[in-house]
Amino acid sequence: MVFEKVVEILRNYKDEPELEVTLESSFEGLELDSLDTVELIMEIEEAFDTSIEMDGTLKTIGDVVGLIEKAIA
Amino acid sequence: MLTGKTALITGGAKGIGRAIALKMADENANVAIVYRGSEQSALDTQKEILAKGVHCAIYKCDVADFTATKALVTQVVKDFGSFQILVNNAGIKADKLLIAMKEEDFDTVIATNLKGAFNMTKHAGTLFLKQRQGRIINISSVSGLMGNIGQCNYAAAKAGLIGFTKSTAKEMALRQVTCNAIAPGFIDTDMTKKLQPEIKEEIIKLIPLKRLGQAEDIANLCVYLSSELAGYITGEVIKVDGGLYI
Repeated sequence: MVFEKVVEILRNYKDEPELEVTLESSFEGLELDSLDTVELIMEIEEAFDTSIEMDGTLKTIGDVVGLIEKAIA
Repeated sequence: MLTGKTALITGGAKGIGRAIALKMADENANVAIVYRGSEQSALDTQKEILAKGVHCAIYKCDVADFTATKALVTQVVKDFGSFQILVNNAGIKADKLLIAMKEEDFDTVIATNLKGAFNMTKHAGTLFLKQRQGRIINISSVSGLMGNIGQCNYAAAKAGLIGFTKSTAKEMALRQVTCNAIAPGFIDTDMTKKLQPEIKEEIIKLIPLKRLGQAEDIANLCVYLSSELAGYITGEVIKVDGGLYI
């Protein structure tokens, strides 16, 4: 459920409704620069009404999904 | 020069901030004035700005308060639709020689003058990045460049603002948002009026242009840095000091 919501937010953010996203998709591979990544994570945080630690270890969509799942568990 | 733009100015009720607010309004910008203590001055400034035919609202907020600044930015966006110019001007002084300075004197000056700019820029910056436009102007001081007796707290905060400006400029450049600092020298305001006359005389001797600056001198540069003319200037520290620190 978290993954689907994250994908929806990401597709809206990039304005690409058909964007292929998997848990392994990296921010770099999705052509998101550092500011995009921060903005995106802030939107995700807002959607789930939680906050996660944004550090250099976040590389993939799976990393974000994992942290969100942990935060809202 | 600034038609269609809205500027948020902290410490905009008095002194340099007031001059900036008035000059922005002269250039057709709408103005959001943030003040902490001086409500009457804020109301007077608002009245003067409204007479120029632009929109103006005043907001009571302590910029040192992280949560309050977040709510402030949300409220300004609600009232004005958005804003594109942030001037971090709010500042206080608590001058004392280092050995006589209380911990509180140091902490409060850093909290308002330096952390206040962080608080405002963080919340406004998120908006600027989203809208892919924005101008951030931090009012530093030549004290931060050359140091000043009795101002180890103030000079540290103002020097800190310069590092803050340069880092922010690098980060925000990816979205065409610029961030610059202005370093005023001795400007004729209520703050400098409190100086003893003999100290003032000594200061003027040190200024190559042999006079104090006017708040308008700072406001003019502020308008320029906010305008389309300055779109390629970022991370810069510009002194407006009559040559005091050459």
